[in-house]
Amino acid sequence: MSGTGARENIFPTRMALTNTKLRLKGAQTGHSLLAKKRDALTTRFRAILRKVDEAKRKMGRVMQLASISLAEVTYATGDISYLVQEQAKSASFKVKAKQENVSGVVLPAFEVDRVPGSDFNLTGLGRGGQQVLRSKEVYAKAVETLVELASLQTAFTILDEVIRATNRRVNAIEHVVIPRLENTIKYITSELDEMDREEFFRLKKVQGKKKRDADAAEAARRAAAEADSDVENIEIGGGGGDLLDSKDEDVIF
Amino acid sequence: MEALFYNVNTGFLEGIVRGYKAGLLTQGQYSNLTQCDTIEDFRTQLSSTDYGNFLANESLPIATSTIAERATQLLVDQFNYLKSNAVEPLNKFLEYVSYSYMIDNVILLITGTVHERDTHELLERCHPLGVFETLPALCVATNVEELYHTALVETPLAPYFRECLSANDLDDLNIEIIRNTLYKAYLEDFYSLCQEIGGPTFEIMSKVLSFEADRRTINITINSFGTDLTKEQRAKLFPTIGRLYPDGNNSLARADDVEQVRLACDYIPEYRSFFDTSSAAAAAQNSNRAGGGGGTESTSNLLGEFSFGGEQAQSIGELEDRFFVQEVHLNKQAFLQQFNYAVFYSYLRLKEQEIRTLTWIAECIAQNARDRIQDFITIF
Repeated sequence: MSGTGARENIFPTRMALTNTKLRLKGAQTGHSLLAKKRDALTTRFRAILRKVDEAKRKMGRVMQLASISLAEVTYATGDISYLVQEQAKSASFKVKAKQENVSGVVLPAFEVDRVPGSDFNLTGLGRGGQQVLRSKEVYAKAVETLVELASLQTAFTILDEVIRATNRRVNAIEHVVIPRLENTIKYITSELDEMDREEFFRLKKVQGKKKRDADAAEAARRAAAEADSDVENIEIGGGGGDLLDSKDEDVIF
Repeated sequence: MEALFYNVNTGFLEGIVRGYKAGLLTQGQYSNLTQCDTIEDFRTQLSSTDYGNFLANESLPIATSTIAERATQLLVDQFNYLKSNAVEPLNKFLEYVSYSYMIDNVILLITGTVHERDTHELLERCHPLGVFETLPALCVATNVEELYHTALVETPLAPYFRECLSANDLDDLNIEIIRNTLYKAYLEDFYSLCQEIGGPTFEIMSKVLSFEADRRTINITINSFGTDLTKEQRAKLFPTIGRLYPDGNNSLARADDVEQVRLACDYIPEYRSFFDTSSAAAAAQNSNRAGGGGGTESTSNLLGEFSFGGEQAQSIGELEDRFFVQEVHLNKQAFLQQFNYAVFYSYLRLKEQEIRTLTWIAECIAQNARDRIQDFITIF
């Protein structure tokens, strides 16, 4: 019997067999779907990985440029950090988050929204204003790169998580659910076969018994028939007795 | 005539200042500094110069701002020594020199006050040369008039403030306008003081101050493009001295782009070359920037997406550098004459330039930007 693998604890009936077969079919469909999803995600994941790498390298360069431009500002105007801090009133650089759907996974994507603000653009009016402006631009660029990197990085982490989960599911279906269902089916089939054979044997037995009984009955009947014919012969031989010959004590008159 | 008594009053201090000047870093020392790999090396190199052990007590990751701070402190000490030993009229002259720092400090405090910041934090950020007694009192003011009547009327800056009392509330645009109005008044006043002193002092200082005024005029014009500063307001900020005054100032007040600025400055030969963006002129002007070419090129490539236009930014960046070169050149000339007070001013300016250069080199070392490390102006 195929009871070696794990199977579901189920009563082996034809109904259960149909159900289990349906479930096996479902599991197989699910498996192929999940495998497709996993492949799609992995492709995306690899693309993102490449982009993250690029963005990180770019960030290094841009940040260096940005700090050099700040050094230029310091060279030309001196320390303006305080003035800039105080005069910045409204954010001219905003980050918007939106959602992107990659094969059923929701990835947050950050977008830069720059509003040309006129804060502190008079800083360094007398000296070094151009450097200040330039530094502002370079830093905006640097932050843009950072935002890009952030959205890639988030997508990276989320995708990683999702791919793991999907992988787990695919493997679970492939190595646990499907074998179990298959085992169950085998078990049910074998049980059913067993039952079939038992039934057959029982039928055979019943048939045998019936036959034997029939035979016995036949034999008895035949013996009886023979005995009957003997009696007839005897009676025929003895000749018909006269009813009146025999006296019956019950007859009182 | 003034030469007769000059040495009696000022001979000692002039000797001192010329000694200080001899301590300014030279080309050779700069090239040694640019060879340094770490800030530690930088410190070691500096300790063999006049700076000595000025960084000896700093804990090791030395920030570039610390270097600038310490170097400025040295300069301030020297200046204070000179000032405390000076007699009239040098005393007054040195006072005037420190007024420009006072203006910056006043503006800093006003900015802080408008945004209700902690006074002590602000006072720490003030330039030590421009500190005066009533400075902390500025924090109580909420508008220009109050500011003038409570605090500034006592200070030497009071006459300058009279000019901008019309500005009613202290928003940020006005603060920047106040700063430039003050500076304009200061330059004009300083100019007239030098006129009073006369002699070789005026001869040199007029050149230096004229250049300073013109530089401000040009800078204000260029920097006000694309801002909400009107042309009338802009014209009011131009100092009424300088070689561009009055003709150039008028055309600058009407200028709309860099090209018009160039045209306005065209009739002064020295300034004409500032706007000469052809590569030959740039190479001649900045022979020591040869190494910087590659770095700046990649910068503009990387930033090419800007609508700002890398080309224009680059030429304006060079403009600022050329101003510095010219300033250093003019200030160096002060030392070619004797019996004048301009040496004190010029020394201060040259030393400031040196501190800027040191900060720049330190910054480049700290950020490992070797290709830009040559972009500074050597004095001697």
